[in-house]
Amino acid sequence: MNAIEVRSIVKKFGDFTAVDGISFTVQEGEIFGLLGPNGAGKSTLIRMLVTLLPPTAGTALVGGFDVIKQSDDVRRAIGVIPQAMTSDLELSVEENLLIYAKLYGVPREKRQRVIPELLEAVELLQWRDKPVKNLSGGMRRRVEIARGLVHEPRVFFLDEPTTGLDPVSRTAVWEMLQRIKSQRNLTVLITTHYMDEADKLCDRIAIVDHGKLVALDSPMMLKASIPGKNVLEVSFANAPADWAARLATLSFVDKIDAHGHIYRISSSNGPGTTLAVMDAAAAANVVVQSLSVQSTTLDDVFVHYTGRQLRDALQEASAADSPFMLRRG
Amino acid sequence: MSRMWAIVERELRRFRRSPILIVVSMIFPLAQLVILGYAFGGNVKHLKVAVVDQDHGLPAVKIRELAQAASSGARTIDLIDYADEGQAVTDLRNGRVNGVLTIPPEFSRRVLVKNEPRVALIEDNTDNVVANALAGTLNGLLVSYNEPPTPVRVTGKATLDVVEVYPYVPYIQYLLPGIVVMSIFMMVMIGGGIIFIDDKARGLHEGYLVTPISKFELIAGFNVSGTIKAVVAGLTIAVIGSLIAGVPNPLDPLRFVRLFVVIVVTAFALISMMFLIMVRVTDPLMPRAIFGLLNTVLYFPSGAVYPQQGFPAWMQVIAKVDPFTYAVHAFKSLLLKNTGMDAIAGDLLYLIAFSAVAMTAATSLFKRTL
Repeated sequence: MNAIEVRSIVKKFGDFTAVDGISFTVQEGEIFGLLGPNGAGKSTLIRMLVTLLPPTAGTALVGGFDVIKQSDDVRRAIGVIPQAMTSDLELSVEENLLIYAKLYGVPREKRQRVIPELLEAVELLQWRDKPVKNLSGGMRRRVEIARGLVHEPRVFFLDEPTTGLDPVSRTAVWEMLQRIKSQRNLTVLITTHYMDEADKLCDRIAIVDHGKLVALDSPMMLKASIPGKNVLEVSFANAPADWAARLATLSFVDKIDAHGHIYRISSSNGPGTTLAVMDAAAAANVVVQSLSVQSTTLDDVFVHYTGRQLRDALQEASAADSPFMLRRG
Repeated sequence: MSRMWAIVERELRRFRRSPILIVVSMIFPLAQLVILGYAFGGNVKHLKVAVVDQDHGLPAVKIRELAQAASSGARTIDLIDYADEGQAVTDLRNGRVNGVLTIPPEFSRRVLVKNEPRVALIEDNTDNVVANALAGTLNGLLVSYNEPPTPVRVTGKATLDVVEVYPYVPYIQYLLPGIVVMSIFMMVMIGGGIIFIDDKARGLHEGYLVTPISKFELIAGFNVSGTIKAVVAGLTIAVIGSLIAGVPNPLDPLRFVRLFVVIVVTAFALISMMFLIMVRVTDPLMPRAIFGLLNTVLYFPSGAVYPQQGFPAWMQVIAKVDPFTYAVHAFKSLLLKNTGMDAIAGDLLYLIAFSAVAMTAATSLFKRTL
């Protein structure tokens, strides 16, 4: 059975179409990454899948339940970690989990078993009695991950869980997620801006832009799908004026970018092009000062599919923007 | 219903962990009680009166002696002698004296020939309270002046005997019922307004909405927890305020039970009103911006600080629908008169009806999704 099945889902806000007929499926047990520039429609899509927003058209099945007609069943089947940090700062780590367990109607005996288990899994057991306000950003995120799992959901949604964390905390969050996933029968749908994370951890990745699905595959296949599997960065001395044009004729070369005496050469065969470049340089008496071969990263994939322009868009004010925000805790 | 209690439990645990919030929300009404109670309650004293005696006759001396007596007795006025009326009036305009008592040159002669003898009071009427106190004192002075040296035994004049059914109520006690309502409102404003919208903007409510909680449980959770917090504030201020204001028998158990009932009903009415106002608001500035407005529009027309009979017609309309009016009336009955349920049944009925209307409207506006 598919854990998530999205069927031509559409969300319009007035004249603006935030999500424009997206369809995909996520298999049970997958870690599925949702990537896209700011304002691409990722959050709107997730909000429809977790029943926060009703779709304008189309629908989706989550855990086998329809998000429109069986929203309460969907809610029971999912755990959600929103983008904003939403732990109660005044309450202890354990209290945060306890309140959510009660909100989900988890019976007492199960609560007493699951809460320590989860705190152990996110390595916060020794901090269980401490107020969340005394915890670091990475620890707070782990509290939220544990909180999202108190009712043992089958599908776990995380909206940018590592944004704003230092590299060590980020790694810790991902390792914990992987471990928890391997121990439980859990499907994970995640959004992130960190391509290296998505590359390492996601089984499959969907790239969303302008409300549409522009690419969907495993990280490896996505990288293979764009021109230039490798990029050669070569610095030449005394290169002739038509050097770029001559390099472009070499075998396996897709594209050349020249920046002064440094040339970025996209190639579908790194080793082949390297040999050809060295031969051509020797024949033309051009000195190779340095040469490096890089493989395509997900960053390249992302930019290839979504373009380079900045996405400036208006959004709603949040409490953090308010100069009069009452800081509690 | 267990999900509703999870929300209540969360709110109350957070409330308990924010002692600063509790103290601040209770200090404001208590400060109002003490400061306003003593600022407005007292008698005006030591008003400076310039005396310009242009007559110097025997009757004029008698007037001045009576004024001297008022000055050293009740100390309402302090006398300063002026030779020049022009200078006295200049000083009045410049605020150096509060009034000018002029005894004109012809005064003694007119007294003698019984030709409407007059003294003049020129007063600074920009301050009503001072002007009234001054006129009152000098009127009293002339009444004593006019009294015949030996009283008439049998008089045909009608007099009014006033019987007061309650002990004297100082202004601070008069203010207390309004302050109790204010303390409930403060907690409703902070808990049901400011924190409610901050939580919404921070995304805390999204956390509720993705759980299988029903719309009804969610609304009940917010409002029951808000009511409990407001009741705690109201009860605390009712007890501490009674002690500060010197209400007789502050801990009378029967009155305490009635007070508790009125506090609960008032808290629920105000939280319902706040929920209706805030149900569609998302901007955290909004509750802060309307705080002062709401406070003014609800508190001052309620009869908490000044009798409603003195209001213009349009303001009496506001007073009629203002839930504060009924709450203040009920607390006045209990705190100042220690009445039974009869006196407050109408107030309770209105507040319950008000809550029902506000809560119904808010529920229909509340969205289970974003």
